[in-house]
This record gives sequence, structure tokens and C-alpha cells, in this order.
Amino acid sequence: MSLHILKRLLGRDRSDDGRAVRTDGGTASSKGFDLGATLSSLRDSDAVRSAPFWLPPFLLMGFFVYGAIGWNVIISFTDFAGLTLPTYDPAAFDLEMYRRALSDQQFWLATRNTFVLLASFTALSLAGGLGLAILVDRGIRFENWFRTIYLLPFSLSFVVTAVFWRWMYNFDSGVINVVLRGLGLDFLASKWLSGGVDLGVLGGLPLVPEVLQFKLFAVIFALLWQFSGYAMVVYLAGLRAIPNDQYEAARVDGASTIRMYWRVILPQLRASTVSAAVVLMVFALKAFDFLYVMFGNNPGPTADILSTMMYRQAFAANEWAYGSAIAVVLFLVALAVVAPYLYGEYRRGEL
Amino acid sequence: MSVRDELADRFEFDVEEIDPTRVVLYAVLVGLIGFYLSPLESGLMTALKTEAEFATSPPFAPPTVDGFTLEPFGVAIDTLSSAILNSIMLAVPATILSALLGSFAAYGLTNFEWRGQLGVVTLFIAGIFIPYQAVLIPLSRLWAIVNTKELLAPILDITVFSVQVPILGTVELATHPHYASIINLIITHAAYGIPITTLLFRSYYKKLSTEMLEAARLDGASAFTVYRRIVLPLSTPMFAVTLIYQFTQIWNDLLFALVIIPSGSGPAAVATIALNELTGGIIQTFNTQMAGAFVAALPTLLVYVLFGDKFAKGVAGGT
Repeated sequence: MSLHILKRLLGRDRSDDGRAVRTDGGTASSKGFDLGATLSSLRDSDAVRSAPFWLPPFLLMGFFVYGAIGWNVIISFTDFAGLTLPTYDPAAFDLEMYRRALSDQQFWLATRNTFVLLASFTALSLAGGLGLAILVDRGIRFENWFRTIYLLPFSLSFVVTAVFWRWMYNFDSGVINVVLRGLGLDFLASKWLSGGVDLGVLGGLPLVPEVLQFKLFAVIFALLWQFSGYAMVVYLAGLRAIPNDQYEAARVDGASTIRMYWRVILPQLRASTVSAAVVLMVFALKAFDFLYVMFGNNPGPTADILSTMMYRQAFAANEWAYGSAIAVVLFLVALAVVAPYLYGEYRRGEL
Repeated sequence: MSVRDELADRFEFDVEEIDPTRVVLYAVLVGLIGFYLSPLESGLMTALKTEAEFATSPPFAPPTVDGFTLEPFGVAIDTLSSAILNSIMLAVPATILSALLGSFAAYGLTNFEWRGQLGVVTLFIAGIFIPYQAVLIPLSRLWAIVNTKELLAPILDITVFSVQVPILGTVELATHPHYASIINLIITHAAYGIPITTLLFRSYYKKLSTEMLEAARLDGASAFTVYRRIVLPLSTPMFAVTLIYQFTQIWNDLLFALVIIPSGSGPAAVATIALNELTGGIIQTFNTQMAGAFVAALPTLLVYVLFGDKFAKGVAGGT
């Protein structure tokens, strides 16, 4: 490409040390490193010319994001608690708070709930969003209207949706129970936010409660309502990117609609699935706002997640160091979700 | 050929023909509208009912003539109006700041070629996915140490919100001691918004014509000139998307406000906090709670209804 040659020429013009070929033409992917050439062209190199633009935002963001994470890790090594000021004495740093978490039943329950929420919410939202996208993608009239309405809950805050859903789940006159009773399904009408169903024998298993409370599932259902529209938008973009002839080819082969989607379309939506899943999981880890409005700072053992537990320990019980340790665990969970995704993007040259 | 015709072609249906499977399709789509709108519809109906009415009628039924009242909205507006003003003072500058900084960063990281760029980009993008719990305690420590009010004292007294009017001089619009914490919140939101705004702008700048930028550079234009004369004017559509998306995110945030505004309430409370307090009390009944939810959500609902397509673009682009 002429553009590439132009860049090479520019790179050569700038190196004034007379070397005929400069291998580090300035592309990010080049491997060669020559200190002399680097220094001499430093003054007007792209790195320096671009720095006024990216460096100030980077410093601000880096301080708040990475600086704060590092600070949080340090606090988790201290014994900072109560209303006193933290002391940062490296000699006194220890892993006491992490040991405390490992032996804390509450921590394990919160971890379990976090993973249940993460997995079921993400899977259900993806499935729901894909279903919506396929329905909306079938050349319907008023497509914009349908799309806009399905995505509407996503524009609301967790605080607002929690207020609405607390009313939806109300035992006496909430929509869900009123509809169930109206359909003659009185036995299904339940105290969705405080009731549960007895698990009988299964209750004997470790980490399985005797009574399976509805709380967490009520939360997951409400979040599904809020986020499936988002998954739909991502899948719609994916579906629209698939060329028409693939549909035709499948149809010529005599594939049924279901087979066509399963065999031909779904495998091509992998990228959409991955990116939507990552974002949904991050939202699930941020579900704090929703739980906080619905249940206050203590949702109880069946709906407590790491983010509510962290907030409660730090900002209600003033157990700052312990809260930091829980925050570090939460951060590692997020990292485990995001790092493979970012690495995959990097491998495919998408960053 | 319109998208609809293309799709009609793809699925081999006749646009005018009435086909039983299409009828089922529309029935399902309309049923889903019921699902997605029912919390909002029953919330709105409840907000328009008297206490006696909403306790006895189905939540989704419209109020009867006797049971109709606007009082819940009156209470909600009275309680939330100052918090909504605070949210506007927070969200507008924080949104503009994070969009501008994101645009700068994206320009510096797209149209230049240098080693190590990818590492910086990765750090920016990873910042999108940080669970805020991981930075909450340091944030509360930081804003306990940094005294914004004193730092800004030489330039302006931020406890007084005033405007300069010719002839009349300075007019104080409102005063209270907590504006400092709103400034803290603006800086915090701007900083945490940078990763997503950078990503949005960068995906847009990658598609800009490199030839044009190279040509400008060959003509001797500085990086600043190229940005101001070429890139910035071309960014307008992306600014719309980013501003809308960020405004919604910042308006909807509860967690940072809980941690950064002292004791979480008082005159500096933002809309989400005030709504939580309004609805968390046992005194307020469901009709007031629902009215409060609508009042607090009104700005984002308006933005969504007016600019829904741009919002969706930001959503899809943020992945």
C-alpha cells in the first residue's frame, strides 16, 4: 500500500543518523530497538508528539483507577478499622484479613451468591437477548419501536428499577401475584423477597440451604428484565453483519429455520456473545446499587454478594482493612472474567 | 433496497401476505412489550392513585375518577427537586469533561504510531471493567484528605453558587457547604468515565481517513492543528453518542455518591440518593415511591426517548 510506503519514508526522513534502513519505522508491531536512533528522533517522535493528548487523561485515569487499586491492596494488608486513621507500616503488613475472609462463613456464602448471580444472570440475559434479536430481525414492521421499548429498562438506574420491582414483587398487591391469582394460580403467589421453598433432603448438602429463598432469583429476574435488551442490541449488530447469502445457502440446503440458526448463524455470533457476556458479567458485579436499594446494606445470607458485603464491612461496620480484602477478591474475580477477553481481542488485533 | 425489503427477501416472505406464523410473531413481540413495560405502566398507574385506591385495585388498572390524584407527584417533586438540581450540576460538567478527555486520549492513541502504544491502550480499556468496590475505600480516604473547598478558596468560594450579572454584580443563587463534595464527585466521575469514552472515540477515529491526516501533517500542520481543524469537527456525531451515554451513566450512579458525599445525604444529595431515601422510609406509601421513581428517572427517560438510537449506538460500541 502506498500509505505504508509513505509512513516508512516519513520514518526514514526523521532519522538523521544517515542509516539507510530504519527498521523501527514507528509501527507499534515492529520489533527492532536501537537506542541511538530512538534518542535522536525522540524530540519529534510520534510518542512525544502524541503525549500532550493522551498523557493528561492517562494520568488522571491511572491515578484514580490503578493508583486506587494499589492503595486498596495496601490497605488490605493493614489492620485499618474503626474511626482512627490508617497507618501504613510495611513491617506490620500481613495477610490477616485474607485469612479472616477464608474462615468467614459469610464470605463463602457471598462468594457462592456472587457466582450464582454471575452465571445465571449472564446466561439468561444472553439467551433472552438472542431470542429477542432473532424475533426483531425477522423483517418486522415498526422494528424501531419494538427495539426502543425492549432497551428502555437499560436506560434506567438500578435505584429506579429496584423501586419498581419492589412494588412488582409486593405480596398483597404487586403485579406478579395479582396476575398469578388472576390466572387461578394462587398457590404460586409467594413472598418473592422474603419467602422460599423447602428443599428437603437436598438441604443436607454443603453450601445448599435447607430453604431455598427466592430473593436472589427475584433479583436475577429483575436484572434480566433490565439487561436482556442490551444483549439484544449486541446480537442484532452481530446478526446484521452476517451476509444474506448465508441464509440463502442454508435454505437451499433445505435446513429448517431452527437448524439454520443453530448450525449456521449461532456459530458466527461468537464474538457478539463474548463481548456481551463480558459486559453483562461486569454489570452483575456492579449489581450492588440494585441490592442496596432493595434490601439495604444487608440482603441476608441468601442474597448477599461480595460487593454488598464489602460495602457493609467497610462503610457500615468500619472494618476498612477487611472490606479492602474483600474488594481485592472481587477485583480478582473481575480480572478473571476480563483478562481472557482482552487477551483474545489483543490476539485478534482488535485493541 | 431498505433493510425491511432485504429481510423480506432473506426470509422469503411476502410483505403484504398475511401469514399465520407472522401473526404469531407479532403476538409474541407485543406480549414482550407487555413484559418490558409492565413495571413502568403499573408504577405510573400507582403513582396516580390515592392510597385507598391503590390498595384495593389491581396495580396496572388506571385510577377511577374518585381515586385519581396528582398529590404523589407533588410530594415527589418537592422532595427531589433540590437533589435533581444537584444531579444536573454533577452530571453535566462530569459528562463534558470525560467526553473531552476521552476524545483527546483517543486521538493521541489512534493517529500516531509508536512503540508501547498498545500497552497504554490496554490500560485504558481494562479501566472500563474495574468493579468500583475495588477503589471505594481509597476514594473515601482521598476525599477525606483533599480539602477541595480550601484548595479552591483562592479562586472561588464554592460554598456559594453565584452568577455575575452586569449592573447588579454578583448574584448568589444558592449557598450550602456541600458543593465541595459535588466537585469531588465531578472529578471522580470524569476520571472513571475516561476509559469508556476513550474506547468509543478510538473506535470512531480508527475509521477516519488516514490519508487526510497524513496529508495535513506533510503540509506541516502540528498535531494540535490537525486535532482542532480536522479531527474535532469530524467528531460531532461521536460526541453526541458519548455525551448521551455518559450522562445516563453518571446520572444513574448511586455507589460513588454514597461514598463521596458526606453521610450520604443532606443538601448535596444527588437524585439517586434522594430517591433511595424517599422510598426507603416506611412512612412513604407506594404511590409516592412510584412518583419519585419517575421524577428521578425523568431526565434519563427524556434523553432515551429523544436520542434512543444514539444511546443504542453507544451501548453497542461500548463492547
